[in-house]
Amino acid sequence: MKLLALDATEAACSVALLIDSDIQQHCITEARQHNEHLLPMADTLLAEGGVSLPQLDAIAFACGPGSFTGVRIATAVTQGIALAHDLPVVPVSSLRALAQGAARAHQAQYVLAGLDARMHEVYWGAFVRDESGLMQSQGAEKLCAPDKIMGSDYNSAHNHWQGTGSAWASYADTLQQHCAVQQIHPTAFVQAQDVARLGAADWLQHRYVSAEQALPTYLRNQVATAAPGISWP
Amino acid sequence: MHVLGIETSCDETGIAIYTDNGLLTHQLYSQATTHAAYGGVVPELASRDHIRKLAPMVRTMLAEQNLGAAQIDGIAYTAGPGLAGALLVGAAFARSLAWAWNKPAIGVHHMEGHLLAPLLEAEAPDFPFIALLVSGGHTQLMQVADIGRYTLLGESVDDAAGEAFDKTAKLLGLGYPGGPALAELATRGDPHRFRFPRPMTDRPGLDMSFSGLKTAAVTTWRSQPEDLSPEADAQLRADIARAFEDAVVDTLWIKCCRALQQTNCKRLVLSGGVSANQRLRQAVTGYMASRGGQAFYPRPEFCTDNGAMIAHAGWHRLSAGEHTPLHFPVRPRWPMEELVPGSA
Repeated sequence: MKLLALDATEAACSVALLIDSDIQQHCITEARQHNEHLLPMADTLLAEGGVSLPQLDAIAFACGPGSFTGVRIATAVTQGIALAHDLPVVPVSSLRALAQGAARAHQAQYVLAGLDARMHEVYWGAFVRDESGLMQSQGAEKLCAPDKIMGSDYNSAHNHWQGTGSAWASYADTLQQHCAVQQIHPTAFVQAQDVARLGAADWLQHRYVSAEQALPTYLRNQVATAAPGISWP
Repeated sequence: MHVLGIETSCDETGIAIYTDNGLLTHQLYSQATTHAAYGGVVPELASRDHIRKLAPMVRTMLAEQNLGAAQIDGIAYTAGPGLAGALLVGAAFARSLAWAWNKPAIGVHHMEGHLLAPLLEAEAPDFPFIALLVSGGHTQLMQVADIGRYTLLGESVDDAAGEAFDKTAKLLGLGYPGGPALAELATRGDPHRFRFPRPMTDRPGLDMSFSGLKTAAVTTWRSQPEDLSPEADAQLRADIARAFEDAVVDTLWIKCCRALQQTNCKRLVLSGGVSANQRLRQAVTGYMASRGGQAFYPRPEFCTDNGAMIAHAGWHRLSAGEHTPLHFPVRPRWPMEELVPGSA
């Protein structure tokens, strides 16, 4: 199968092209200018792979949670490409892709994936690797303060958990007090190659949507407060 | 050439198709009710709405017109100025769709869209003309020598006129956005009870200021007794609305007259949400007639933000051979004078 995958969850952004069992990725780590890089990287990657868009079986994207603007850029790019060629879209949780990255890089089996959500909160999810090597969610992903993470949120009886993602950089002490982890990977970030791996598996399970149904997952929904009375200068 | 246009710079999702024969179709989704409860546009909510609405709107329009990759020759989108997050939704979607179809794309200046909107009408002004762009986000006097040749003559140094309307409407208990309701209330007001200043009209130049009028409204409001009867209170609100509207309208048209005299131009275009204001239209139309000139107004739906003006401006730029590369920068702040031919 052929699948294009995009990520712009945090400061980094990446694009990956999966052709059967092979995955190639282009990644920019330093910039936040996702709009500058996503399409040129995708263009290069397709040219290198000798693949044209109509040949793709699907397009996958990291649908959040994460930076609102970043996730929306990846979503809008995905929608535009998918609409152009009526491609199925596979939304992949950014936290699940982050956990998959720990499996790829560190052979992790039990992963506590956390992204710094700002405002003293984290996006959080627990994942366990299944027999086919794919990370599966253990309960709902959530947004909460780092000191509200409880052992009961995941199966803490295991002592093989690994922590990954920017939450482990921003709230290392608090999280390590609340979670018994063997290792942490605080500099890890979401990568399109892991979105591609998960997306391909989901596509084979017929878990995909149309272009206009491809939407971000925010988790943080309280983004404005209703107008107070009139406040005059 | 068929150009798909996409506008997402603020709180309206607008799309349209402009062809060599003129405007083919356009659609607008307004988020006004989404933001009303917050007393103003909430940027994050605006972005969230754009990403939900844009793709289904485009798919529906293309299906209704029976158009696809083979018929669309280019895609135009608003690249600025506006809300960064909102702009990025339209830019990312439009640029990606164009890339996937292997068509050129062009990032359009939102205000160029407004400036050229009168050309969407059958009775269109010839160049050169003076344009007053007056909305909740902008108050600018521009000299338009030709497509792409714009000179900023003057602008508001603080609040946009429409913003002053909305803020004063809020004070008067008219909700948000309350500009049109304020104008309606003003029709019942006594024009002689209060007189607000005409800011910056007593000195040369074409810049304007409107934040002081909002303050004048507050000061007047507070100077009145608090224990008014309901009738007296209603009359007070109407009289303040009238004094406010008269001051804004006078200020705008005094500056328009000056701009016309200074440039020796006889054609004036009024665009932007506030240009629908009846008292402003009466003042301007009367003055232009007395001077042997002519005033032009885009139809109401093209006075406010819309996709048609972006498709149209994009059609002109794409026809001139311009296009935007694969990275798609947006410019939340983008001085219009940087927009010379070939600069895109």
